[in-house]
Amino acid sequence: MKHKLATPSASDTPVVSFSGVWKRYGVIVAARDLNFSVQPGEFLSLLGPSGCGKTTSLRMMAGFDQPSEGEVYLEGERVNGVPAYRRPVNMVFQHYALFPHLDISDNIAYGLRQRSPRPSGEYIEKRIAEILQLVRLEGFEQRRIWELSGGQQQRVALARALINQPKVLLLDEPLAALDRKLRREMQIELQNLQRNVGITFVLVTHDQEEALSMSDRVCIMRDGEIVQIGSPLDLYDRPKNKYVADFVGKSNFFEGHVKQVNASYIDVQLDCGVTISTVPSVEMDQHHAGSRVSVSVRPEQLILARDEKQLPEDCVIKLKARVLNRIFLGEHTEYLLRDESLGEFLALSPRQNEVSESPFETSEIVHVAWGREASLVLGDD
Amino acid sequence: MRSKWPERLLLLPATVWLLVMLVLPLAVVLVFSFGERGPAGGYVPAFTLAQYANLPARFTAFKNTLTLAPLGTFAALIVAYPLAYFLAVKANPRVKTILLVMIIVPFWTSILIRTYAWIFILGGQGIPKLLAMGGLEGIRLINTPTAVLIGIIYGYLPLMVFPIYVSLEKLDKRLLEASEDLGSSPLRTFRNVTLPLSMPGIATGCMLVFILLMGEFLVPALLGGGKVFFIGNALVDLFLQSRNWAYGSAVAATLVIVMLVVVSIYMKLVMRGTNQRKDMSLL
Repeated sequence: MKHKLATPSASDTPVVSFSGVWKRYGVIVAARDLNFSVQPGEFLSLLGPSGCGKTTSLRMMAGFDQPSEGEVYLEGERVNGVPAYRRPVNMVFQHYALFPHLDISDNIAYGLRQRSPRPSGEYIEKRIAEILQLVRLEGFEQRRIWELSGGQQQRVALARALINQPKVLLLDEPLAALDRKLRREMQIELQNLQRNVGITFVLVTHDQEEALSMSDRVCIMRDGEIVQIGSPLDLYDRPKNKYVADFVGKSNFFEGHVKQVNASYIDVQLDCGVTISTVPSVEMDQHHAGSRVSVSVRPEQLILARDEKQLPEDCVIKLKARVLNRIFLGEHTEYLLRDESLGEFLALSPRQNEVSESPFETSEIVHVAWGREASLVLGDD
Repeated sequence: MRSKWPERLLLLPATVWLLVMLVLPLAVVLVFSFGERGPAGGYVPAFTLAQYANLPARFTAFKNTLTLAPLGTFAALIVAYPLAYFLAVKANPRVKTILLVMIIVPFWTSILIRTYAWIFILGGQGIPKLLAMGGLEGIRLINTPTAVLIGIIYGYLPLMVFPIYVSLEKLDKRLLEASEDLGSSPLRTFRNVTLPLSMPGIATGCMLVFILLMGEFLVPALLGGGKVFFIGNALVDLFLQSRNWAYGSAVAATLVIVMLVVVSIYMKLVMRGTNQRKDMSLL
């Protein structure tokens, strides 16, 4: 969907904009016709497995790589061919890339000292103090890089980039080197930081949880192409295809073909013979009777009950399944179920449901149902 | 407490070796330097400072060594750094392997033979003739300090290239991107990041080449044609030709002292330059 802006003004100009960008390395295509833009103050994540083109895209924003075809714009200005050191963007590198021969304050001041005319020593010192306060590292000026923990090095890397007040801050898997707990903390810290400084962030990650929890919008990529861009909620609730549905959260997929396209829903006949009523995740007109489709059902949308009477009335499917496995996840319990015709599938049951009744046991037969809104018929891959 | 005996036992061979092969000869040199020359050469025990008083007679050798050794070291550095940089940063793996082999292979032949080759290259039928064909007549290379310098650069280049190559190879290339990202042009990135981080390699290379150059005698003997004399040549002459062991010992002892002074000043400067560095890979 494209938005037409009624009155374009300076603040409406996207900070970063890709227009038909291709990147080829010999016969390998690393980026394929990329078109997207990043709005001022936005937190955008590029999400995908390794080799999907997300890092190449980031490097084209930074100026380390130049597009083979198409245009890259920074604040409306075409920057093709402009080297990294002349671009008003900064990057937080995957393994921080802090200078080992400089102390913390010299690392942080590096960018300011490259400017011409060079800012005064007083000004630089003042800015260092401010930025160290922002990343909560007061008093670390004279420390050496190897004296810091991973989390602290991460914050120095952030400070070193942010002190230059870049138009966009590019983050290349910045949290990959941290342990799980620290990563959680840094995610929250990064989000707060982004709100406080109001700088546009573009994050590259292969961690879907990271992308979904931090960003305003997520751009899902595969094989150098953008598969879908949208808010985390959009991507979760309206995945364009099986790839997105699978990448963003867990899902059960059932294959089948379209039996009938109705006004607001689609009847799909699953390969096991069951016909269910589904809603499309993309435009209705993409689907035609007879075409092969996948139906996605999120595990948490399944309703489980011991007694059939407890299931809601308006379900599109009701069946009995055997519990194969049970995984306790704290606030949820995940069940692996098996139905004669549907095969194996996952269900996620909230804890409070199980407080009244005891949790289901392995090899117990349970009643399963879901509503029409829960079954999404996906677009082509 | 853990027994220290195994450690001591393992260190014994090295200790004995150093005592017998280094400390003892040095002591002998020191003792001899205060002695006198025997009537038929060799050494006669005595205690006199006459040999040291006579040192100015060999002033030229000291002067040549103390100018050409630092100059040679510097020249080797200037030639080696770009080569090491190209090998470590720019060259693709294939070119890199070929070049590394080309640097190492000459070592399979004796330095003596390789330096002989330079006599012909620098001699009348070599480069000067080529230059004469190009109109530059009357250039003399062989038996000049320039010839010695060229020979030194040629012979010592690998010793300079490898330590620098190793330090540049270790250099995290992402640091160069980080510097560029922070607004540093490639030239300033080299000055701000590459050069400081390759300092340990430069320091090691310079140290190796300088120490060996101070004792050099082959290159000046062959390419200097007896006109460019190093201390090493003076020592060969004194011990083997004129058999003046006492005087030779005084010259040798002085060389050792000069080296100790120069090297310790150098070490101090290097240590100050790279102090607080955790990865001190010096020597």
